[in-house]
Amino acid sequence: MAAVQPDYSVSSSSRRLSDRIGDVAIKVITALAALASVVLLGAVIWKVIHLAWPAITKYGLSFITETTWDPVKRQFGALAFIYGTAMSSLIALVIATPLAIAIALWLTELAPGGVRGIVGSLVEMLAAIPSVVLGLWGILVLGPFLANHLEPWLHDHLGFIPLFGEPSPTGTGLFTAGLILTIMVVPIIASICRELFLQVSNELEEGALALGSTRWEMVRGVILPSTRTGIAAAIILGLGRALGEAIAVTQVIGGGTNISVNIFGPIDTLASKIAAAYQGAGSGLEASSLLYLAAILMVIGLITNLFAQVIVRVFDPLKGSH
Amino acid sequence: MSAVTPSVSLKPSGGLRRRQIVNRIMELLGWSAALAAVGVLFIVIFSVLVQAWPALSWDFLTKPPALFGQPGGGISSAIVGSAIIVGMATAIALPVGILIGIYLTEFAPRFIAQPVQLVLDILNGLPTIITGIFVYGLLVIGHGQSAYAGAFALAIVMLPLVARAAQETLLLVPSVLREGSLALGVSRWRSVTGVILPTTLGGILTGAVLAVARAAGETAPLLFTCSIFNPAVSTDVTKAMPNIPVLIFTYSEQPDKALHEQAWGAALVLMLFVLVSSLLAKALLARSRGKLGR
Repeated sequence: MAAVQPDYSVSSSSRRLSDRIGDVAIKVITALAALASVVLLGAVIWKVIHLAWPAITKYGLSFITETTWDPVKRQFGALAFIYGTAMSSLIALVIATPLAIAIALWLTELAPGGVRGIVGSLVEMLAAIPSVVLGLWGILVLGPFLANHLEPWLHDHLGFIPLFGEPSPTGTGLFTAGLILTIMVVPIIASICRELFLQVSNELEEGALALGSTRWEMVRGVILPSTRTGIAAAIILGLGRALGEAIAVTQVIGGGTNISVNIFGPIDTLASKIAAAYQGAGSGLEASSLLYLAAILMVIGLITNLFAQVIVRVFDPLKGSH
Repeated sequence: MSAVTPSVSLKPSGGLRRRQIVNRIMELLGWSAALAAVGVLFIVIFSVLVQAWPALSWDFLTKPPALFGQPGGGISSAIVGSAIIVGMATAIALPVGILIGIYLTEFAPRFIAQPVQLVLDILNGLPTIITGIFVYGLLVIGHGQSAYAGAFALAIVMLPLVARAAQETLLLVPSVLREGSLALGVSRWRSVTGVILPTTLGGILTGAVLAVARAAGETAPLLFTCSIFNPAVSTDVTKAMPNIPVLIFTYSEQPDKALHEQAWGAALVLMLFVLVSSLLAKALLARSRGKLGR
């Protein structure tokens, strides 16, 4: 560090000019950077809505409830993709939530000291796999496996449930997309839950054990109830990730516009429909309809995120445990 | 020493036995969940390794893609392009992110810091395809795709990561250091640039490396900003450059075995980069924690 000249005067006006300028400058510059981030978010929202505006004024809100997407007939609606987004996220969350909570519990309560750190890092590494690599794996490895083994098995044994209809011939479809999203969402929920579970007070946990409850009863009676809100926020954050994932889903979901109960069928999500059009849309009308889809996705994504952040901030995620 | 025979059997029975069985089942489920997560990770890594093996060669890393219909070729142009795009994105996001971190910890009053943090968290959760659409509207319409548009989109993805990492590390600086420096009569800006930032360098670098690793694998922001390119090596930032994520994406969509093989090879290169970066980040973090005495 550079030596500071001794300055015995107290009055601030006699401080060196460079210091006075520097103090103001650093405050202003850093504040401008922070302001830039706020402006950036505002600009994103404004720009996306602005891009979608021609389609918004043309179709109005009925675009959201219209099921047809037919470039030939020049008829466009978003419902099929909203359905695809909702179903793929639902499949992912239904599988990922119990799995992630179990992993977090294992990491905090059961894991032997030696492997705890390693498995924790490996779960984090799962989140670091680029989505395009996961999609590549999904289309070339997971898809064929599902098409040849899991989907026929589910169809044969649980076919009476309409969800498990005709297996897909190539392994691309809503179900595959849901599984790939599961892999992306599990590490997110697991790492948040792990932090939550670590913060539950030891006195409560040990008290429950001392009263004779088994480890599972302690988890069910102490840990889970006291971290409820935090877990909810974690799940919503996972949902935000699942809703917005475009690349991996485009690779494995097959692409289609038919709403079908059969989860093995091909469809598109909002994000994957937009991504699939990257080489250009057929007509100007189709392009602006795609931008309308982007605006819908943005609004859903913003609301989901805001909701999760508000839960984290307003509610103490550990209410009741302190 | 004769043991006292208890009059009641100490073996769990009835309710207790049932509770213990339930407990055992739940423990087993916990173990299988952990095993499943680790298993999936290894299956993915193993698949990439096995499938990428035939594609790997010196030519693969040093030659640009072959012309249409010809065998061979590599991904050198995509490696160069990715490095340039991610480098430019880092050059934008790193300084701005650090400045935001400094503002939030050193200067901002609570009623400003909290909304700014919320904005950063929401930016972080924004679907990255939307970021791509935004930059498409801002820089691509009327100008065409370019490497700088792609870099700007990636910078938006990196910014909240860097800012939050900087903020979290700055919060770890012991207040003794901050107050000591001020008590010695050091001006505010000199104490920030000369005392506080140097102690947090490790932590900020960790965040930066993680953000770079994330950005290197992001495809969605590049899809509308830097995806239609000439496959040759290019250093012209006003034109779209080939890059690894988009290359993997487009190859995976083709029904061509040779292209799939190349996609696996590129995926391995990308995974190795991400893996090495994460390990580097871990090492940096451990080192900076040691320095801060935590």
